[in-house]
Amino acid sequence: MVVSILHRATGIALSVGGLAILTWWLFAMSNGADAYDSFAKVASGPIGLIILIGLTWSFFQHLLSGIRHLTMDTGATFELGINKTFAILTIVGSVVLTAAMWVYLLGVAK
Amino acid sequence: MSIGDSSTPLGKARGLGSAREGGDHWLTERVTSIALLLLGTWLVASLLLLPKLDQRTLIEWLHAPSGAIPMALLIVVGFKHALDGMKVFIDDYVHEPGENFIVNVLLLFLAVGGAAIALYALARIAFGAVA
Repeated sequence: MVVSILHRATGIALSVGGLAILTWWLFAMSNGADAYDSFAKVASGPIGLIILIGLTWSFFQHLLSGIRHLTMDTGATFELGINKTFAILTIVGSVVLTAAMWVYLLGVAK
Repeated sequence: MSIGDSSTPLGKARGLGSAREGGDHWLTERVTSIALLLLGTWLVASLLLLPKLDQRTLIEWLHAPSGAIPMALLIVVGFKHALDGMKVFIDDYVHEPGENFIVNVLLLFLAVGGAAIALYALARIAFGAVA
């Protein structure tokens, strides 16, 4: 049940925050190097990083629980044990993928 | 339910059959989600594989068709999937028909408007209007 609520919460975060930032990012890029620098400054600040890491986790969580929902749409994995294992795996997977991505990104950027 | 009307909500709904709509919305949400599995993975992979994330590198990436075309698809499919998902959320919590209509129209305008802004910025980059 927690994973089902997370699916909805992360979906809203991605719809509102994710798409707004994607649009802002593209718009800043298209306005030249100076405009992009002001975007990058906010994005790489502490609040920017918290939001971006949060959205990265939302993305992976929504993607993995989305795969879970697609599987359940076929009528599979409703047995209690498998269902619970799959639910837990989406959380473990999203945290691991988020951590791996940001360790790599912050390591390369420095 | 007016005064003197003693029928229950269930009694009123019985025999009317289904709404005869909603199936397309449900299926579209699933199909766009499968497309976004691919497009989302493409975006993450691209961000990890680009040598740097400065403006010049990003412009080069989205100026090439191999970057511009998947990004255009990501924008269109992403906003559509967000629109479909947010509609489910709104319909679950905003029940009064007038309010529900207004909020859904607002959502539609935001989604289409947002997609237009993102596509405009991408088009400028893709067609070489950005240095």
